[in-house]
Amino acid sequence: MATRQTQTLARFMMAPSVVLLFIWMIVPLAITLWLSFQQYNPLNPIRDGFVGFANYALFYSNPAFFFAILNTLIIVGAVLLITIVGGILLAILLDQPIFGQGIVRILVISPFFVMPPVAALVWKNMILHPGYGVTADLARFLGLQPVDWFAQYPLFSIIMIVAWQWLPFATLILLTSLQSLDGEQKEAAEMDGASALARFWYLTLPHMSRAITVVILIQTIFLLAVYAEILVTTNGGPGYASTNLPFLVYQKASLEFKIGQASAGGIIAVILANIVAFFAMRAVGKNLDK
Amino acid sequence: MARKVTTRHKVVATVAAWAVALIIFFPILYTIITSFKSETEAIAGFKLIPSFTTESYREVQGQYNYFKPFMNSVILSVGSTLLALLIAVPAAWAMAFSPTKRTKDVLMWMLSTKMMPAVAVLFPMYIIFRDLGLLDSRIGLTVMLTMINLPIVVWMLYTYFREIPGEILEAARMDGASLWNEIVYVLTPMAVPGIASTMLLNIILAWNEAFWTIRLTTTEAAPLTAFISSFSSPQGLFWAKLSAASTLAIAPILIMGWFSQKQLVRGLTFGAVK
Amino acid sequence: MTFKTLILSACSTLAMALAAQAETLTIATVNNGDMIRMQKLTDDFTAKNPDIQLNWVTLEENVLRERVTTDIATKGGQYDVMTIGTYEVPIWAKQNWLLPLDNLGADYDAADIIPAIAGGLSVDGKLYAAPFYGESSFIMYRTDLMEKAGLKMPDAPTWEFVADAARKMTDRAADINGICLRGKAGWGENMAFLTATANSFGARWFDEKWAPQFDQPEWKTTLQFYVDLMKDAGPSGASSNGFNENLALFQQGKCGMWIDATVAASFVSNPKDSTVADKVGYALAPDTGLGKRGNWLWAWSLGVPAGTQKAEAAQKFIAWATGKGYAELVASKEGWANVPPGTRSSLYANPEYQKAAPFAKMTLDSINAADPTKPTVKPVPYTGVQFVAIPEFQGLGTTVGQLFSAALAGQMSVDEALKQAQDAATATMKEGGYIQ
Repeated sequence: MATRQTQTLARFMMAPSVVLLFIWMIVPLAITLWLSFQQYNPLNPIRDGFVGFANYALFYSNPAFFFAILNTLIIVGAVLLITIVGGILLAILLDQPIFGQGIVRILVISPFFVMPPVAALVWKNMILHPGYGVTADLARFLGLQPVDWFAQYPLFSIIMIVAWQWLPFATLILLTSLQSLDGEQKEAAEMDGASALARFWYLTLPHMSRAITVVILIQTIFLLAVYAEILVTTNGGPGYASTNLPFLVYQKASLEFKIGQASAGGIIAVILANIVAFFAMRAVGKNLDK
Repeated sequence: MARKVTTRHKVVATVAAWAVALIIFFPILYTIITSFKSETEAIAGFKLIPSFTTESYREVQGQYNYFKPFMNSVILSVGSTLLALLIAVPAAWAMAFSPTKRTKDVLMWMLSTKMMPAVAVLFPMYIIFRDLGLLDSRIGLTVMLTMINLPIVVWMLYTYFREIPGEILEAARMDGASLWNEIVYVLTPMAVPGIASTMLLNIILAWNEAFWTIRLTTTEAAPLTAFISSFSSPQGLFWAKLSAASTLAIAPILIMGWFSQKQLVRGLTFGAVK
Repeated sequence: MTFKTLILSACSTLAMALAAQAETLTIATVNNGDMIRMQKLTDDFTAKNPDIQLNWVTLEENVLRERVTTDIATKGGQYDVMTIGTYEVPIWAKQNWLLPLDNLGADYDAADIIPAIAGGLSVDGKLYAAPFYGESSFIMYRTDLMEKAGLKMPDAPTWEFVADAARKMTDRAADINGICLRGKAGWGENMAFLTATANSFGARWFDEKWAPQFDQPEWKTTLQFYVDLMKDAGPSGASSNGFNENLALFQQGKCGMWIDATVAASFVSNPKDSTVADKVGYALAPDTGLGKRGNWLWAWSLGVPAGTQKAEAAQKFIAWATGKGYAELVASKEGWANVPPGTRSSLYANPEYQKAAPFAKMTLDSINAADPTKPTVKPVPYTGVQFVAIPEFQGLGTTVGQLFSAALAGQMSVDEALKQAQDAATATMKEGGYIQ
């Protein structure tokens, strides 16, 4: 009796979140799905109407499409790699006894508080600009030719900016996890004469696996949607070198006002996200159940 | 002997940590420095000590009254956070204390509502907002931000609540505590830190949301993200002014983050720590 | 339910309070210097019109365009006055999205607006947006460096001369680039420059039947010329340089020549920001002897969206901001050099303005040299000098801009860029139903 009551109560408590999120998901999804089968261009409405899968075909046959998918995956993969490897190293470093630990930690987490357009603007104009950026100043100081980052290494530059924004997030979660590692276990391993590397590999890393999983899952969702950084810095170019899927959708929606094609792109993005999420869960999801 | 090694170790670790921290912080630091330069100084090459002119701040303020977007940012981020907590706390509580087989799936599903790229739904959303009369309204944007961040809030709260041992509740009940007392004296003190850190993270996420807050506002509800896009690339020299505007846009949240760092860190585990 | 009632009543109370107070115009503007100056001078307008209040939305160009287009296409009704360019006006007017400006007042003197500009903002003889400032493009060059190279810039040079001068002026050791040109991808960035330049080489975007022309030799000549010239005499990292980047380079004395918007003249000749203020000369954009010069025509203009309830007040404001009185107001407060240029013939006839702005005559000549209805040598089915006034152009222009930017950066050959541009243009035109 009591349990049934509890369960009813639990359902009742969950209802607002679930119902609201369901509406939040299904309404835009349904509209987008419907629009993806329409030609809908408010700037040139002459040919508007049902077009079947034409929008998908057009989106797919866009020469930028292949680059967009590839770049989306590269951005997600590279930023995950950088933030997790860098995050682990940073977490280990910050876990050591150091002078001024509080301030160091504050400095390290700061990029997380910077809004994406500001981060992109700052990197573009202050740091990477080939004329006035700090890297250009540094290059000239060393007698080198300044690198034009966004023209020569567009995708790398964007990955760098995004990784900078997400590194603090990964570091913090991994650091918290690291700090919860049992000190006695560590000491015991030390006593057994295990090397630092072995201790890391067999003790620390498995302990952090759950934290790493969480970082992967949450960041993947955000990284699949990276777009402000591209808009502000490279505008997807040169060529299609830094066009990812959200940016391609943006071009269709807000530059060309081909709402039908943009909707098709949105649906493709959702499918891609599901595929990525599926593989991510297959690969690391079991860590969550521990 | 052991002690000596520790000191040396500490010095090495300190130097390394400070070096890395300064590199990571450098872009922000340099922006703040540049904001105190004049425009010609800002493009004149690397210089760490500015002339400490506040000219750029005066110009930025003269062009766009900072106070209004600042207040909007505060209202939107705090408002949407409170609303999200109101909806999410019961849900997370239920998931944590009477979990079912599907609880994990529900959490994952919630996260998946964030998979649709915002740009793809801009046009329909704009029309819906127009029809509801919510364009450029704080209420509309607050609801928007609430829904965007709700999955993260539920997830954080869930993992936090799960760490509250259920036995404590039973023990309290055995002692004859009333439900009210149970809530006030046992649950609340244990839940508050988790809720607080969730709140902080969500305020940060809402403060930094830069798609809808620009697209769905004009003047009345425009927050600091819109403020920043008035300065991003005008004609003429703008490096110092952009730095000043950027500093103004991130300073409040940065300072809040610094002061509440401990709280935030504790909450940022997403169940990563068992 | 009660909550809703509460909000509704609160809203209506607020609305009533506002209505009783004054009519509020929401004005969307771009964040450039002239517009910001106007915002600071609005006390003059509100003093004359105490029943009208002004609310400004100042945004960066691309964000502004995206915002106002979304709003007007959905009839969102967020703005009463919109800042738009010569690209939008004909397209939007055709969609009946803009109100014709027929109520600007008796003393407005619309006939005073420079004909080339007025033509770009009118459809069927009706003015749909009033120009706030107009611009063309021309050459700004360093008189001292030109002299050092042993050359003399004619008032109307050819591309051959410009290329030769650029190569001679280049001094890599002294960090001086012979010529700085736009390279950053975007239909209003590198494509504005390249389309205008292509006109002077006899190229065109489409033939009379809307068939894309990137497979024609004129485009190949244009793009090859540009890429080669920039390789020999352009700054490093040119493929990410837009107006601002080149302006900064020029102001620091790192460019021998710069071909860009005529409004830049007031920046490069301003001793406060420019280290070369006293050594700048001006010349018309170059040609190749085919009868067209490589200069564009643009006007940031104020238009009234069809959905607004405040059309009358909006026109009152536009008449104030683009009228003769405003020029005098700016002149009295900030000097003649800061008056928004390029819109009215009377300004160029004003001796005080001519004295304050040494580039005035060249600006006017440049504007007059551009013809949006006959932009290039061969006939075209479109209007617009550095753009094609069809809705598809924003997207297509940006795609082509990216390709040409990649060619400049050396990531793609000229032929490959042109081939892909042709493919993209063909696909776009088919999709839009212009060609089969």
